[in-house]
Amino acid sequence: MLISEKWLRQWSSPKLDTEELSEILTMAGLEVAGISDAAPRLGSKLVVGEVIECERHPHSSKLQICRVNVGRKRPLKVICGAPNVSIGVKTAVALIGARLPNGIKIEKTRIRDMVSSGMLCSSAELGLDDDSAGIMELDKSAVAGVALTDYLELDDRVIELDLTPNRGDCLSIAGVAREVSALTGAGLKTPKFKTVKEESKQRIPIRLEARKDCPLYIGRIIEDIDPGAKTPDWIKERLRRSGLRPISPVVDVTNYVMLELGQPMHAFDLDNLQGGIVVRHATKGEKLRLLDGSEIDLTEGSLLICDQERPIALAGIMGGEGSGISETTTTLLLESAWFRPGAIAGRARYYGMQTDASHRFERGVDPALQARAIHRATSLMLSIVGGRPGPLLEGQDKRYLPKRDRITLRYNRVEQVIGIKIPEKKVDLLLRRLEMHVRRLRRGWDVIPPSWRFDISGEHDLVEEVARLYGYNEVPDASPRAKMVAKMAPEKRVNERLIRQTIINLGYHEAITYSFVDDKLQKLLQPEAEVVKLANPIASGMSVMRVSLWSGLLQAMMTNYNRQHRRIRLFEIGHTFTKVRNKYKEVRHFSALITGDLTPEQWGSTPKGVDFFDLKGDVEHLLGLTGRVDQFSFLPAKDPALHPGQCAELYRGKEKVGILGQLHPDLTKRIGVDQPVFLFELKLDPLQRGVLPKYHTVSRFPATRRDLALVVNEEVSASRVVEEIRRVAGQTLSQLQLFDVYRGEGIEKYEKSIAVGLTLRSGSRTLDDSEVDAIVASVVKRLASEFGAKLR
Amino acid sequence: METPTPEVLEKLEHEALSSINAVTDLTALESLRVRYLGKKGLLTQQLKQLGKLPPDQRREAGQKVNQSKTTLQELITQRRDELEKIALSVALLRDSIDVTLPGRGSASGGIHPVTRTLERIEQIFSRLGFDIAEGPEIEDDFHNFEALNIPEDHPARAMHDTFYINSQALLRTHTSPVQIRHMQAGEPPYRVIAPGRVYRCDSDVTHTPMFHQVEGLAVDEDVTFADLKGVLRYFVREFFEEDLELRFRPSYFPFTEPSAEVDMTCVFCHGKGCRICQKTGWLEVLGCGMVHPEVFRHCDVNADRYTGYAFGMGVERFTMLRYGVDDLRLFFENDLSMLRQFR
Repeated sequence: MLISEKWLRQWSSPKLDTEELSEILTMAGLEVAGISDAAPRLGSKLVVGEVIECERHPHSSKLQICRVNVGRKRPLKVICGAPNVSIGVKTAVALIGARLPNGIKIEKTRIRDMVSSGMLCSSAELGLDDDSAGIMELDKSAVAGVALTDYLELDDRVIELDLTPNRGDCLSIAGVAREVSALTGAGLKTPKFKTVKEESKQRIPIRLEARKDCPLYIGRIIEDIDPGAKTPDWIKERLRRSGLRPISPVVDVTNYVMLELGQPMHAFDLDNLQGGIVVRHATKGEKLRLLDGSEIDLTEGSLLICDQERPIALAGIMGGEGSGISETTTTLLLESAWFRPGAIAGRARYYGMQTDASHRFERGVDPALQARAIHRATSLMLSIVGGRPGPLLEGQDKRYLPKRDRITLRYNRVEQVIGIKIPEKKVDLLLRRLEMHVRRLRRGWDVIPPSWRFDISGEHDLVEEVARLYGYNEVPDASPRAKMVAKMAPEKRVNERLIRQTIINLGYHEAITYSFVDDKLQKLLQPEAEVVKLANPIASGMSVMRVSLWSGLLQAMMTNYNRQHRRIRLFEIGHTFTKVRNKYKEVRHFSALITGDLTPEQWGSTPKGVDFFDLKGDVEHLLGLTGRVDQFSFLPAKDPALHPGQCAELYRGKEKVGILGQLHPDLTKRIGVDQPVFLFELKLDPLQRGVLPKYHTVSRFPATRRDLALVVNEEVSASRVVEEIRRVAGQTLSQLQLFDVYRGEGIEKYEKSIAVGLTLRSGSRTLDDSEVDAIVASVVKRLASEFGAKLR
Repeated sequence: METPTPEVLEKLEHEALSSINAVTDLTALESLRVRYLGKKGLLTQQLKQLGKLPPDQRREAGQKVNQSKTTLQELITQRRDELEKIALSVALLRDSIDVTLPGRGSASGGIHPVTRTLERIEQIFSRLGFDIAEGPEIEDDFHNFEALNIPEDHPARAMHDTFYINSQALLRTHTSPVQIRHMQAGEPPYRVIAPGRVYRCDSDVTHTPMFHQVEGLAVDEDVTFADLKGVLRYFVREFFEEDLELRFRPSYFPFTEPSAEVDMTCVFCHGKGCRICQKTGWLEVLGCGMVHPEVFRHCDVNADRYTGYAFGMGVERFTMLRYGVDDLRLFFENDLSMLRQFR
């Protein structure tokens, strides 16, 4: 909210400069977001002037030669092209030597052979607003020759407040002034507004049907107003500084009172209303055309202001078309009502119309303010547009107006929450400064907060107010203490940090990608997944929750690929999202991707593109962290995202824990990458289930190694051969090394030779050759019978 | 063959000597040794000739031959040492390399800067006795809003641009729902932080639709606002490794009261005022407050007996301040040129 400092100081003026005042407001929770000058510095050469003569320029149809009284003996001759220049207009005059905010210096000039000794200015030229349609038109009462800065009191600063939603009471000059007074002890000079007596008897009925949502509605008719009246400069200036545009005297006055007191008001043209006012909820299918021209379909239950026949305003949010004030209005109905915040809050957002009125009503307007506001508006109105005010027309149901309950504040509660003892006298004083009604009890206070403090409903709110006024920074910091000790993670649990560090050491960079991904890309990768869709995605490429981390990693890979990176190694740890039997399921996954050369470009070694086994080796390296690599097995598998012949599922025992392989070449091509890409995705948890190391006695007896080259059919997988050897050789086999796979000369087509090294060792004696031979022979025999393996 | 007369020996010795001196490699030297001292060597054969001498000369001649053998052996050994030394220096010279050439192997990767920050935050708070709590990222309205005292139509909801899945399920807009889940799951006291991803439907220069927060919660019989201040000051100073000042500004969060926003001395200008802190000398880094009794009520915690504080911070913000990253959006681009700067 924008606050004119001069206006504020009329209400409360502590002996502090703008910066000091701002600091105090900020530190009390009314954050000052900025301070700016109310207007550029115009200096003394910009003055009020009165156009006393006007004649057509002889060489131009648009220009006029004006004589302008600027308070000197002789009027100035000024040439002006503005459409609204005419005799009698009071306006802003830049004298010779004046400098406009846009840098232009005013000099005596010749315009089409005529001398011009100054310039008549628009408000845009003075940097006040962006109205450049014509020259400024000042009040008739403005005195020619007076500096504009003095006349409009431009030597003012505008303080921008960022108010939190609980402080609706500060959405007015009066509200901020109350706060300033409470914070600084400076007095509050609330102006005495007189109640305006009725001069006419005209009434219309006010009927409240939606009493809970609108328990108080005050209307007032003003007859015979002058439709040609103009809003005085001082009101226009204050509106401008508060960020509002002047519109018409009636609207300007309602806006002015809203800014001053915090009560949003509305004015109807009584001649456009049929009968009295009804406040009710919308029924199904009703429509309303609003002031801004838009037609809305009303949801059932929206609060409406209606006449006898139709809705005329969306209560507390915006007036309807055809019922408001126009240039011909002579009889008006002023509205000053109290709406329940909850009745407005959802609606404004729903209809997408945040207005100054809804902003205040949904945060809570002082329920004791309505009559005062309408009197204030009436008296301003009379002084501008004249007319005869009628009596206050009230619809009221006190049962539904908010009541201020007594709140008990226990003295020790302040210390219990804040951590220091604040003297009782001080607490008492702080509460009173906030205009709380305070009664001392033996160990505390009974407090009734003022009507405007909607946010205060319980003891905790009072504790906060005391702390806030006392000053958060006056509360000393307690040194950190912990009665509780954080739990240690079990030793056998593999720490996520270690997993991360391990893959980093393998040359991977961690990526963090969005949890919502491109539906199209994800469909290509995981066409059958049960996908969780966002109802309101921020972009079409981020519309579904990821079922795997692959689409994010591939996106990240493409970003890098398109930026000329060719060797890319990325990983990510994060949740995947699916829906299982109507429940959302989130599983922490660990995925990685490699593409390009195995090693960074370097001298003395030939570059080699990564293949499946480079990735698998990294996976095995990571599995090693569990201490139980033996529990994991890789089985050939198929996956729509992967190369049908280069894809394996990873099992831990019988549990499927991951998948790895080459990205399907078709997909690789589709995403515009011309080198193979390899990916894995593992559930994180099985990778974290480690074991405590258990020591086995190391054999002191020598080991014997025998190498076998076994020729088997291509279809026999290496892992089956290895497993079978383990099974047959049993305990004595201390190590098994697969060290070569050979195809080609000497080997039949459809066959391959697998070379394995068996290290045999007994824990109790030296094995002799015959024992070793026996074991090897039984292995060979079994492999022959099981897989048809032949020794090469 | 001649008998080993002194003349003959002298001649042999002389010959051998000049050969040894002339020899330049170890193989040739070895052949020389064989030629003179080997089983069939010239000197060895001289010994065999001794029998041909008259017996009275044999002894003397034998001594002479042996002397010659010893002399030659010594000379050969000496020459071998010399030649080995030379060979070694030649080999060393030959095997010398340009040690300034780069080493071979694979470069290590790196941790994402946001994770790096998360880990540091977790470390600092674990020293203060905070455990880590987790919660789902797809939340329900109750945990994300209702239980945190943000009922339907509350103006504070407008500050959370929520991603919805349907009318009940949404992507959590903050890590605060973890507070609720944690309190509902057990009895006080509580002392946890909850790091994680959060989502808001907002995207511009200073907002990404996903970011990270760390939530903190401490509840016990004597937890006060003064404790909150102390803990946060400790945290900020540990994190930035600097004696930064903090100031607590009253603010508003529906789930805490009193609520505060926390500013710290600008780390770029040390409070003098610069572009980053918009000339104020302060940077807003945290939101915090004392747990609202309404939140306790939703979690069945006795609000008269227990008090507690909660705080929340944006991890990306801390990362940017710590490492000087000037564009939030870089964090989710995953450009290797950026990631490589965080090893």
